Amino acid sequence: MDFLEKARIMDSARINRALARLASEIVEENHGAGDLYLVGIRRRGVPLAERMADKIADLEGDRPPVGVLDITLYRDDLSTVGAKPIVNRTELPGDIESRNIVLIDDVLYTGRTIRAALDQLIDYGRPRRVQLAVLIDRGKEHRELPIQADYIGKLVPTKKSEIIKVMLQEFDEEEGVVIVERPATETT
Amino acid sequence: MNFNRKHLLGIRELEASEISHLLDTADSFRDVSKREVKKVPALRGRTVINLFFESSTRTRTSFEIAAKRLSADAINISVSTSSVNKGETLLDTARNLEAMAPDCIVVRHAMSGAAHHLARMGKAPIINAGDGSHEHPTQALLDALTIREYKGRIEGLKVAIIGDALHSRVARSNVHLLTKLNASVSIAGPGTLVPDEFAELVDNGLRVERRIEDAIEGADVVMILRIQRERQQEAFFPSMREYAVHYGLRMDHLKRAAPDAIVMHPGPMNRGIEVSSEIADSSRSLILDQVTNGVAVRMAVLYLLAGGARNDADEKGH
Repeated sequence: MDFLEKARIMDSARINRALARLASEIVEENHGAGDLYLVGIRRRGVPLAERMADKIADLEGDRPPVGVLDITLYRDDLSTVGAKPIVNRTELPGDIESRNIVLIDDVLYTGRTIRAALDQLIDYGRPRRVQLAVLIDRGKEHRELPIQADYIGKLVPTKKSEIIKVMLQEFDEEEGVVIVERPATETT
Repeated sequence: MNFNRKHLLGIRELEASEISHLLDTADSFRDVSKREVKKVPALRGRTVINLFFESSTRTRTSFEIAAKRLSADAINISVSTSSVNKGETLLDTARNLEAMAPDCIVVRHAMSGAAHHLARMGKAPIINAGDGSHEHPTQALLDALTIREYKGRIEGLKVAIIGDALHSRVARSNVHLLTKLNASVSIAGPGTLVPDEFAELVDNGLRVERRIEDAIEGADVVMILRIQRERQQEAFFPSMREYAVHYGLRMDHLKRAAPDAIVMHPGPMNRGIEVSSEIADSSRSLILDQVTNGVAVRMAVLYLLAGGARNDADEKGH
């Protein structure tokens, strides 16, 4: 797969600043960190949630609990994909009942991942409120479900042929966000 | 790494990497059974048929629970209520069931090779839930998952298998699995039930012992096999009592094993024959953990086999 890098839209410092702003927005909206519970969506939502929890701890003194959601078993395309996607563990320590959950993912695109995450979350309990924070929002025109983010690191209008690649030091060699172009022959 | 087979018929034909992938997947499924809502939508709208020609409590229930926790519909057919009693052949039974479009058939049969036969002749993915004295792959996988849970690994462990290996599909599947993952296995029992030729089952990593004490020496894992009276048409040993004296596992045997050795049994147990009650009920015994892990293993296998589309579409993003 030869992806063509078109633009570098965030570096490590910008990601850090965006997360700091999101953390303070989350704390402001939820009147502190008291009932907050962050849930990272595998894979890249998880380190983002951890970093966000650190920043909230810096602001408020309390570090909210961080859970990990693997949405594989809730995907709506399981019966159409060929090779079965790898199932990883979901870990939601403690109780999510009556908590203010903030779901965290790297990119919001069609909204289908978030739909799966919401369904899964409800199987674990009844949170008081669920909000969504993403590092990159690719824009409403790509949405296939009525789902919007409450906290957005950066809004990046993109074409369908483009892919947003979020690289984080926890998984990747470097850190940053780039737009790459998909080779014309491939389909979504 | 992915598991791209259509059927799960035995462990012998699997690669070590496929076994590890199955175990890793099963590990992730354990969580579902610990939740309050013990159900995920992964196999919604799919149908799994449990076709059991031999009696079974554990395995059949385990497959049924696994299917239901994946949101599949599970249909159980046992021989006493089926048209096999009216003279239908195995293949005809399977073809008729296939005509109702199941996504997977789980089969247990007294004849070795029954599952292979259906896989060759039929259309649906087949999971072997035990064929005669041949293989019982999900049992070996759940045993391995249990060992991994308690020992953190399989590689390099010493495993002793004790008892009626000759009639045991559990023993065969376990020998294949454990040696593929580089454990060293000794198997012990009377010459009638553990013939010397058993060592030729795999290329290396398997020793046959006569005395239970020799097999257990330094073992990290002790697996006890059930005496399979239903498969013994002739006298393989003088009496149950004599078997219990020489080959029944008792607490004093375990002194020879590693200090943190674990004890396993595939069930159903003959207490006082192949294993003493003292061991069966001790903290060393993982018999009930094996049953718990059985559900996770079968969920993993069903997820990988009964999931549907068999083309190679790419993974979907966000």
